[in-house]
This record gives sequence, structure tokens and C-alpha cells, in this order.
Amino acid sequence: MDDATAGRAQVSAVAGSNRPPVGGFAWPEEGLTRIPDWVYTSQEIYEREVERIFHGRTWNYVGLEAEVPEPGDFKRSFVGPTPVIVSRDKAGALHVFENRCAHRGAEFCRHARGHAKEFVCPYHQWTYDLAGRLVGIPFRRGLNKEGGMPRDFEPAAHSPQALAVTTHRGVIFASFASDMESLEDYLTPDILKDFEATFDGRRLKLLGYYRNTQPANWKLYHENLKDPYHATLLHAYLVTFGLLVAGNKSAMIVDPKGRHGVMGSAKSEDRPRVDDASKREMRTYHENMKLNDPRILDYVKEFASPWSVTMMTIWPNLIVQRELNTLGTRQIVPHGPGEFTMIWTMFGYEGDDEAMTRHRLRQGNLMGPAGFLGLEDNEAMKFVQDGIRKSAEEKAGLLELGGREEVSSETLITEAAIRSMYRYWRDVMDL
Amino acid sequence: METAPLRLKGFPRGAVAQAPFRELRREIEEFHAEYCYVLDNNEIEAWPQFFVEDAVYRITARENVEADLPVGLVYCEGLAMIKDRAFAIAHTAMFDPRYLQHMVSNIRVTAASASGEVSAEANYLVLQTLIDEDTRILQAGRYFDRFLRQAGRLLLKERHCVYDTLRIDNSLVYPV
Repeated sequence: MDDATAGRAQVSAVAGSNRPPVGGFAWPEEGLTRIPDWVYTSQEIYEREVERIFHGRTWNYVGLEAEVPEPGDFKRSFVGPTPVIVSRDKAGALHVFENRCAHRGAEFCRHARGHAKEFVCPYHQWTYDLAGRLVGIPFRRGLNKEGGMPRDFEPAAHSPQALAVTTHRGVIFASFASDMESLEDYLTPDILKDFEATFDGRRLKLLGYYRNTQPANWKLYHENLKDPYHATLLHAYLVTFGLLVAGNKSAMIVDPKGRHGVMGSAKSEDRPRVDDASKREMRTYHENMKLNDPRILDYVKEFASPWSVTMMTIWPNLIVQRELNTLGTRQIVPHGPGEFTMIWTMFGYEGDDEAMTRHRLRQGNLMGPAGFLGLEDNEAMKFVQDGIRKSAEEKAGLLELGGREEVSSETLITEAAIRSMYRYWRDVMDL
Repeated sequence: METAPLRLKGFPRGAVAQAPFRELRREIEEFHAEYCYVLDNNEIEAWPQFFVEDAVYRITARENVEADLPVGLVYCEGLAMIKDRAFAIAHTAMFDPRYLQHMVSNIRVTAASASGEVSAEANYLVLQTLIDEDTRILQAGRYFDRFLRQAGRLLLKERHCVYDTLRIDNSLVYPV
């Protein structure tokens, strides 16, 4: 018996709900102020998430146009756990299709990025064009009229699954659903507004990649960025230097469905005035901490936004980081209930001069798996998964900050956005 | 499907013959031993002493070097930034307690100028142990170093730690 099934029977059905418990899972009767452990640990739940969320009616981030600028350029990517190829054909159109040979199932494209005329599976040289169509089968007609494929075999009917593709301001999304709404409608106006503050029409310039494994459930990453409460407590850099302090002008915006979010904050011009009572609340506040090189916290105003910092969570697999002038996308690639890979793609803009690029690179020390903030987030999420995974009995997390509401807010001391996400998640998951 | 040879811009490949550099190589080996001792012995605030004032310290994935992309997982321009990182790790950052072992081998001196500037490469391996877990390889990579001689001592003007282990195991806390 795994951790997830151990205490299932102890959880009673949702009071007054007409949703029957599915597969023995039932939400705690307190509602969205409790998040049961099985949400993070159950293989069965994870498989349903892949089917209904990553392979369902969602737009999944797969890359940036700056990564595949020319016809013939390609990159490997993922939709949920599923490997895909993102390629640009001779006419310049983008295609996203499964990286799985029609013949024996080989994941045939092995290079992270590159340039190609076609894709050839190394095993038996079945060949795919840049749109992912099966166009070549060696010895299809056999040899000396013997062997080969049956006469009525139609290669075109056996191409790898092609996904729907859309782009907005240089960002590429794909979906297994063929009848998705437009990305603009998917994001909704409030979220789109901040998306377009970062992707403001300037062409992007790639700065490079980080990758890390994260021994935690993929939803914990969304939760961490829908949890402004932690930011005011965990991160000494934010707190001490006034990037995000309880009391700064800030907002936690969620879309009407509750799946996307923007955590925004405006940096104080000066070191924040923190009263003694607040100092006592924040153990990470270091009065005497001074940087030898304060350039890491400089903010060059370049965005049409009241926020100097925004962390955007776009359901289900994208985070857009705009931390002062360090910018990046983070792509979640889940591997099961207890682990995912995070792929960080850092960028600036065409037209950045050498000084601006170096400023972005210096500021990059805040984020990523070795960043002053990033490493703390990764550590904290691991601790949560450890605690839940090792727990002797099935329990639930406690989410009552900011009351029991599920709305956008201007206070940072709230968990309303997490509750909103689970309202949506339960609906999609039928739980 | 081979991968490209690993070359970092501005760093020469170096000659096959290492004999003329034998003495320098021994000196650099001593440098690595002291550098690694400080990190493995939890003396993080002594780490900046291995760098000159305008040093560059960068850790980056091999895929970035191959694609000529400038990002650093850690990117320090100047000793002041190096000191700030050491201070943050020592005093403010939150992370699981851990032990590290740095192993350095295959030192190659690739260039030495009359002014005392020395370029060198070496392979490194960093093993990490968390309290409840098995010892794991945190990084396998190559140092691309540029040394200067100051007051008779070799100090780093540039250190680029280029790692093959593209997927970081959760987080990288201490310098490489």
C-alpha cells in the first residue's frame, strides 16, 4: 500500500456535495481550506491529471520562437510528461508533434535543439518531415518483390500525433485538444495584461538554460507562486532589501476560473521602514545586512506595469518570471506525483546593449536552482513533499490565511489564490 | 550522434605536450587542494580569498557553452559579488544541511604568458550528502581557469565551471 492510499478511508465525503467520491478519494469536509495529502502523492491522481489537465483542454508552454527562429530549426520539448518536437517548416509555420516513432515507438529525436531538413528515426530510418508527417519507410515495397509493408498501408495515416499550436508575442503553446479557445481567451484580460507587459513586442534574445529536478509534486510549484505569504518570510533578500515586504504595494491576481495567477509587487525606492512589531514577525529580516555590490538589486524601469516584480503562473505548466530585470520562463515537466523537472529559459531583448545584458545576468543570481531566492523555494518544496510522503497517517494542509475566500487581493498575507486553484482543479478532476 | 568538443571562447585548447608546464601544473594542483578544502570544510567565507579584485566566477551548463549562451547558474562579476554570495550562504540562505566533497583531476595547463597569466583546465566532481539520503553526484564538469600571480600566489581572474550534469539535483547551494 502506498502513502496515498493509506488513510483514504478516514476522509469523509464532501458534506452537502453532489460529487461522489471517485476512486475512494474524497475531499475533507472543511472544503478548500484543507488540501488532502493524496493530492500530492497518489499515482492514480497523477495519471488523471495527465489525462485531464496536461493532455486535456489546456494550452501548454513548449518554448520560445527565439529558440526556433529559422525554417528547419527544431527543439525537443514536453507537454506534461510527453516528449514532443517543436519545429519550423520551410514556409515558416510552427508544428508540435509527439516525439515517438510510428513504427516501434522510439523517441527518435535525440538532440535538445538543432536544424534539420527532416527527422529520421535511427532504428529503422522511418522518416518524418518538418511538419511531423511520416513520409519515408525504407523497403516499403520490399526487396525483389518479397517482404515490405502491405500494399494498402498509408503512411500519412500513421504520423505521430500532431498538437494544436498557437503563439503570442513570441511564446509557443501547444494542446492535445484540437478545439481550444484562443490563447487570449484562455488567459483572460487581467492575466493577458501582465503577460503583455513582459512580452511587450520586443524580440526576445536567449541568454541560456538551467534545468533541475524537483522532488515535489508539480502543483506545489504553482502554490508557491500563489502564496505571497511565504515570500515575506522565507526570502531574506526580498525582505531585507524591500523587494517584497508585507506593506509594499502589491497584488495577487487570479483569473475568474482560478487557474492562472499573477503575484505582483512594487519595489520600495528606499530600504523599507519596518516597524519593530513586523521585524519580530520576520525572522529573516537582517537589519545590518549590506551588499558589497548592490547592483544586483538595481531596477531599470522598462515595462508598462506598476509592478517591478511579477511571478505569473499560467496553467498548467508555465511560470513567467519578471524579477526586476531578470526574465525567464519556467516549464514544468512532471514525472509522477513526487517529482518534476523544471526547465528555465532565461532571456533579454534584441536591442539590449552589453551593459543591460550583463545587468540581467548579474540579477540572474536571484533566481534558478542556485539563486538566492530560487534555491530556498526548491528546498522548501522538497521539505513539504518529504513531510507529506513520510507522514504516518493521511492528513491535510491548512490554508486559512486571508480567511476562507478565493478572490484576488491586495494583501500579501493570504492563500486565497491557492484555494482558487483547487476549486478549479477539483472541478476538472471531478473530485 | 556525437556532441561537439567542449571549447570555451577565449580559452585555448592547449598543446598535447605538457612537460614545459610541469612546475605550473604542480602549483595549480596545490591551489585546487586548498580551494576545495575551504569549500568541503565549510569555510565558505574564506572562499573569496582565491580571487583577484575584478574576478569573474561563473557556473554554467555545458549546453549553454555549446550554444554560446552567456547565462550563469551563478554569475559573479567582481570580488564584491563573490563576497556577497559567500555571506548569503553563510548567514541568510535557507537550505537543507549538507556535506560536500570536491574532487579535481586531469589538470591541463593550456597557456602561460610572460606577464604571469596562466590558463588551465581541470575536471571536477562534486559529491553531495544530505542527512537522510545517499551520497549523490551533484556536479561533474570542467573548470576553465585564468590565473594571475599576485604577491607570489596564484589567484583566479576567471573561473568558469562548466557542468555536464545538466539537471541539477533540486538545488545548488555552495560554489563549485
